[in-house]
Amino acid sequence: MSDSAIIPHDVEPHPLTGMYNGKFGLWLFLASEVMLFGALFSSYVLLRTGAPEGTWPRGEDILNWKLAMLNTMFLITSSVTMVMAWAELKMNRLGKAKQMLAITFALAGAFMVVKYFEYTDKFHHYQVELLAPMAHDGHDVMKITGHNVKETEDSVSIEPDAHGADKSAKHAPITIERSKIKRVTNFGPAHSTFLAVYFTLTGLHGLHIVGGMVVIGYLIFAADRIWKWNPEKMVNRVECTGLYWHFVDLVWIFLFPVLYLL
Amino acid sequence: MGGSSAADIQHHVKIYYRVFAALAVLTVVTVAVARIHLPLAGAVAVALFVASIKGTLVACYFMHLLTEKAMLFWILALCALFFIVLMAIPVLTDHEVMRRTVNVAVPPMKIHETTPATGH
Repeated sequence: MSDSAIIPHDVEPHPLTGMYNGKFGLWLFLASEVMLFGALFSSYVLLRTGAPEGTWPRGEDILNWKLAMLNTMFLITSSVTMVMAWAELKMNRLGKAKQMLAITFALAGAFMVVKYFEYTDKFHHYQVELLAPMAHDGHDVMKITGHNVKETEDSVSIEPDAHGADKSAKHAPITIERSKIKRVTNFGPAHSTFLAVYFTLTGLHGLHIVGGMVVIGYLIFAADRIWKWNPEKMVNRVECTGLYWHFVDLVWIFLFPVLYLL
Repeated sequence: MGGSSAADIQHHVKIYYRVFAALAVLTVVTVAVARIHLPLAGAVAVALFVASIKGTLVACYFMHLLTEKAMLFWILALCALFFIVLMAIPVLTDHEVMRRTVNVAVPPMKIHETTPATGH
């Protein structure tokens, strides 16, 4: 019994759908993914429009749009290398296809490394909210942001962020009595609704990147074996993985301006 | 996708590189427009318009949607319909009917207004 008899239409198109079953199934999966991310985008719009005026921050004031732009470039480049892997296989060039898959994998890894630095920065960046205005940097402020927070029973010390032209200049740590503090929090998901949405959306997207990396890694590892067994199946698997990967890129294309720039 | 001879594929490869260049330029445009600091409504409209063009390019050329079978379009049209319903939810909740207070015994409390002490 041949393989195609066990799983029908795994290579040749199904007469009803006009495509092989794996590809059709992948498109159905992507439709469900549209609903998943669509629900989260809808929640984002609801939360943002429902927030009291002036309380929803602009993404660029809190997040690093330059790193996000770099990540956008990584992902759109990886989309090209992914589709190039498929094109190389169609031209019977397995070696070149493996190279393209490896570049895609590396770009996905670079994306996750940048994301790691972004997340780490947020988790080590703190904000102290005060109960009454306090003189700081020549202004009366209600909030102080900074790093290296040290807490004791009676007080909290923080190295405030530098303001003005020289962002790298370090401020001496200041100590604030607990009785004057309303809240101390890092810029994690619990900081604000905006950051909760940011971590939910980018976290879910990041998991999709990791999932894609696992499949691309498998394809690189098993490419020779699958190609030798059935070249058409190798082409189809790379095509299906590519469809998924382009969808992940597509989601990021919308996440980038919505979270980082608006 | 239509045509899979080596010459056809080579032709498609050239298109892939052009689409990549377009995506890179549009990414720069997205950032440049955001740096102008337009009013929020304008900034959202421009950002989503540019993102939609980028998304369409990815779907049409990288995902080969231009040359897919009719069956797929019916499925995606259904998906798009439900997506529009999802996106309409925030608009619907903003409608006056959704905000109507049913119980009038207690005056409706404004958002973020502190409740006066009642001695309970």
